[in-house]
Amino acid sequence: MKEYLDFETPVMQIQEKIDQLKDLGKTNSRKLDEIPKLQKKMEELQREIYSKLSPWQITQLARHPRRPGTSDYIKLIFEDFVELHGDRLYGDDKSMITGLARLEGRSVIVIGHEKGKGVKDRIVHNFGMSHPEGYRKALRIMELAEKFNKPIITFVDTPGAYPGVQAEERGQSEAIAKNLWVMSQLSVPIIAVVIGEGGSGGALAISVADQMLMLEYSVYSVISPEGCAAILWDDPAKISEAAESLRLTAKDLLALGVIEDIIPEPLGGAHYDPKKMGELISKTICKKVSALELIPPEERVKQRYERLRKIGAYTEPASSPS
Amino acid sequence: MPWFKKERHLLTDPRKVKFPEGLWVKCNNCRGIIYRKELVRSDKVCPKCDYHFPISVNERISMIADEGSFHEWNADLSPKDPLKFKDTMRYADRLVKNKEKTGYPDALVIGGAKMNCQPLALAILNFSFMAGSMGSVVGEKLTRGLERAKDEKIPFVLFSASGGARMQEGVLSLMQMAKTSAAVARFQSEKGLFISVLTDPTFGGVTASFAMLGDIIIAEPKSLIGFAGPRVIQQTIKTQLPKGFQRAEFLLEHGMIDMIVERKSMRDTLIQLLSFF
Ligand SMILES: [Zn+2]
Repeated sequence: MKEYLDFETPVMQIQEKIDQLKDLGKTNSRKLDEIPKLQKKMEELQREIYSKLSPWQITQLARHPRRPGTSDYIKLIFEDFVELHGDRLYGDDKSMITGLARLEGRSVIVIGHEKGKGVKDRIVHNFGMSHPEGYRKALRIMELAEKFNKPIITFVDTPGAYPGVQAEERGQSEAIAKNLWVMSQLSVPIIAVVIGEGGSGGALAISVADQMLMLEYSVYSVISPEGCAAILWDDPAKISEAAESLRLTAKDLLALGVIEDIIPEPLGGAHYDPKKMGELISKTICKKVSALELIPPEERVKQRYERLRKIGAYTEPASSPS
Repeated sequence: MPWFKKERHLLTDPRKVKFPEGLWVKCNNCRGIIYRKELVRSDKVCPKCDYHFPISVNERISMIADEGSFHEWNADLSPKDPLKFKDTMRYADRLVKNKEKTGYPDALVIGGAKMNCQPLALAILNFSFMAGSMGSVVGEKLTRGLERAKDEKIPFVLFSASGGARMQEGVLSLMQMAKTSAAVARFQSEKGLFISVLTDPTFGGVTASFAMLGDIIIAEPKSLIGFAGPRVIQQTIKTQLPKGFQRAEFLLEHGMIDMIVERKSMRDTLIQLLSFF
């Protein structure tokens, strides 16, 4: 698998040069003098490239093979974590990670899609595409959170729900629908963080929340640009146009009133500095959880409903009789 | 959502299901050729295989509601083009075209009605309007209808036929899944009875939200119902799909629906069901 994207190539070339100089520096320390200049050049170039990324390039960043995933952030953000397995109905879906964690001393419930790293691991995690048992495991853990009054943090990173025969047999649509139903009624605080790819119903199934946040270079969409190009344009080559039309970037979603906040990423994207990214997410969700905890539970449920209630665009005559 | 791809294929494409024009009609399920007049006489049910063809909103209302009892709610709620979406055609133009074709501003018709003199909310997804897809208008009308049924303490009966979420409204249509499911949750939490009837075809964002949340779920015979479209699934798994895959009978066998009801006994069945609550 190629580890960097086309538009990252010029930056990677400078990086490689810096690495070479570092190597040479071991025997000839004067070689090290060039490094700061190159580093500055690299940053400038990166800033320039990243200031004008297209929606399709952002989608590629969101799916970057080196982009940190749920399991990385669990290690980076929480002080303690115990994974819980299985939906108690059919199996343990490894595309969905669930467990108990500690955030600034308080116990929370963590749920997130996991795409996996490297070919073998990706297959184990089914590329982050859940079967019904993944959503039902998430549901079971959310009900645990409700029973013991623990805030829920979800990490969204999936191409979508898995399209397969067994998934249909075991009720893929019912599993997603049920999560939407239950999440809208839970009395505990829910924060959803889109860390990479938010693909359609499979993403939504763990992102009905009081606060929905997106990392700067994550995307969230009703359909993938590939799927959209194939269906609406009947032309797979129109991916870039489709990505543009779908308005799937964090900025778009903020403008459309679908999310509350954007968490900025380190220069070059989350994969350039996962530790820094983890800190930024941690700081934001700590603040949000604390604020949400001050709201009485019933009021929180009401506000969550009103939050969804507002989303949509339509027209209506001023005095519409019904 | 990528339910279906646009290649010509032997598999039924749920977005293309329609009641065909002409003297002779080919069945969407058994591929048998039927004399049109015979089909109309049989409530548009295939005499060879019992497949239930899609019917219009007005046909549905007259089959289900007491005569003249239906009065529409929020009939003027109309779509916008929030993303200024353009594929091979501008979404704004597509909306105009579909309004001209169907006489409705969007894909959901909802209102108050009576069945055997008992009041209910009756909602029908119109497959003729952009494949019954759910955008902001469908989501908003459904949500308002559920809120009204909750306040009026009347049961809610819904007939679905949809290709899923409406791509042209992007994430706004995706979020309608959450919005409508939340409205169903509120309605049901107040002991509102929701009967969901799935008709051919119902897919994607509609099954993965309100349509599969009925207290009782009914399907018309042979209806194609699922999350992902058969074409996408076949492209993913690259083997033959099992016989009868995603048909109503398949869902019944897998425990996903309560019953399959023929069109001719739908009204009586609904009346009977409501009488228990
Ligand atoms: Zn037939």
